[in-house]
Amino acid sequence: MPERGGGGRVRSPLVELTLARTRELIREPEAVFWVFVFPILLTAILGLAFRSRPPEALPIAVVEGPRAAERLGALAAQAELAPATMPEADARQALARGRVVLVVSTDDPPVYAYDPTQPESRAARLAVDAALQRAAGRADAFTPGRAEVTQPGARYVDFLVPGLLGMNIMGTGMWGIGFSLVVARNGNLLKRLVAAPARRSHLLAAQLVARLLFLAPEAGALLVFAHFALDVPLRGSVLLLTGVSLLGALAFAGLGLLTAARPRTIEGVSGLMNLVMVPMWIFSGIFFSTERFPAAAQPFVQALPLTALNDALRKVMLEGAGLAPLMPELALLAAWGGISFAIALKVFRWQ
Amino acid sequence: MSSAASDSSPAVRCRGLVKRYGDVVAVAGLDLDVYRGECFGMLGPNGAGKTTTVEIFEGLRTPDAGEVEVLGDRWRGDGLALRARLGIQLQETKFQDKLRVREVLELFRSFYPSGLTVAEALALVGLQEKAGSYVRPLSGGQKQRLSLACALVGNPELLFLDEPTTGLDPQSRRQSWDIVEGLKARGRTVLLTTHYMEEAARLCDRVAVVDHGKVIALGTPRALIASLGAEHVVEFAAEAAAVPAAERLAALPSVERVTREGGSWRLTVREVHRAVPALLAALAERGAEPTHLTTHHATLEDVFMSLTGRSLRDA
Repeated sequence: MPERGGGGRVRSPLVELTLARTRELIREPEAVFWVFVFPILLTAILGLAFRSRPPEALPIAVVEGPRAAERLGALAAQAELAPATMPEADARQALARGRVVLVVSTDDPPVYAYDPTQPESRAARLAVDAALQRAAGRADAFTPGRAEVTQPGARYVDFLVPGLLGMNIMGTGMWGIGFSLVVARNGNLLKRLVAAPARRSHLLAAQLVARLLFLAPEAGALLVFAHFALDVPLRGSVLLLTGVSLLGALAFAGLGLLTAARPRTIEGVSGLMNLVMVPMWIFSGIFFSTERFPAAAQPFVQALPLTALNDALRKVMLEGAGLAPLMPELALLAAWGGISFAIALKVFRWQ
Repeated sequence: MSSAASDSSPAVRCRGLVKRYGDVVAVAGLDLDVYRGECFGMLGPNGAGKTTTVEIFEGLRTPDAGEVEVLGDRWRGDGLALRARLGIQLQETKFQDKLRVREVLELFRSFYPSGLTVAEALALVGLQEKAGSYVRPLSGGQKQRLSLACALVGNPELLFLDEPTTGLDPQSRRQSWDIVEGLKARGRTVLLTTHYMEEAARLCDRVAVVDHGKVIALGTPRALIASLGAEHVVEFAAEAAAVPAAERLAALPSVERVTREGGSWRLTVREVHRAVPALLAALAERGAEPTHLTTHHATLEDVFMSLTGRSLRDA
């Protein structure tokens, strides 16, 4: 056996640990799918489902009866309405099932049956009423001019993409770090590495570095797709967007470390992960604005790290914000990351 | 520390080691000296406290009481400097499935300031042709050899092997024994735990028999067996009513010791050719004959049985 100091290329332990983590991830086809392909697929599907279409005509039912033909004519003249006559029972059923948004009765004056909680029904009521009043002889006081404005940045997909980016940063950070740590703990690998002797700080730092290495292609692929295929705007600086994503990734890496600090089994860590992430899927404004939640819930909603990340991403991408207006969100993210990392180090179970 | 001091001190020295888990006492005041250059075995049944003891030596657990010195040093903090001089194989380690064998060794090699090349470590355990293979498809024996290579890649002064062949098929076990014998031939200090008496007898210069967290016998395998006072064991089974009392059996010519386990008896005897005819005659006197009778050379298993009344396997 050769003497101590025998040759061969030896890299630093931090590099080796990061390499090991990265190799593990890219050699797992499932991981590659969930990290890179899935967010793009989701964006494409949702972008398609909620793409901006020419305004659709509102379906209206006119109940068959003596004045039906006359009313049908008046409504059909309006481009934004799509009226049809049908027997009363059918009309009621169509309204109940949402196939029409308003029913015009045969009475004189007519009764409008509609659901005032539906914006489309309310819009239909205004348009139907105006058309019938005008047909009955009411004169317009004036004819307003029209200026139609549809621009990128105001569409649903524009709102959605920063939210999906935030969700992805959270998901990969937490699952990526959580799973690999628990698998390594469960298989005695963590213990063996510590015995070997790997520095504990290197073991955890490698997780973070590998996480940040993956952020670039992961966030990049989603943003490039959204920008070029869906025309989602990027109004702020790319550098700032990168910075926000990095800080977000670190914050969730910290949370991932904390979540995975104790569990010995995949089942155990999965439960904890869901406990941490499900509230953020719901409350952090991924798919719809956080303003939908009542004022009483706002302190909780606004304190969630994903809310801060999503808000910051939207401010940069959609509003072109600079660094100053982002400070509250960035501070909150830094606090989440720093505090969870510190607690994780304290309570971490190495064997 | 000076090299003179480190070379004269024992590889491992512990006094009054105690470790409890709740109400369970895993290690109950254990004293041990492992000398440099020897292959030392801790032999005992599952749950005897072997792994706990070794993990205390490895600095992975802290004892509740007692003192431990490893290579003349004590465990302090994360003990990185001391760890760099040790090779540690845990009872079971699941390496990353999707890493290649070579990559796992490169990773472990990076933790040590000096050591073997990856190729040298692979050659030591005969895994060269698997260097490019993923860990996942390796057989149990190959994984165990990879684990051994990871413990060797830092060229350690002292090697800890915890149950190195548990769960391996006989062929893989023999392969592992060959590797450890190769290390012994190079003067490597090895501390291994096992519950296989053949393994302890074949590999170890000295063996500590451990039970209930204590060393109950210590010596070379030959001396331990010699301590039975007889070199052969006669086992027989017969109808219980027809078998003479233990005192009568012990009084038969050449018989040193008698133990009974249910319907079978074990006689430790000096000379089989004198003991067996006498035993058969004693049985025949009562109109019985054995339903089963075997003889073998006394082993460490018999040492354990004579000390505890239990066998290593069922203990």
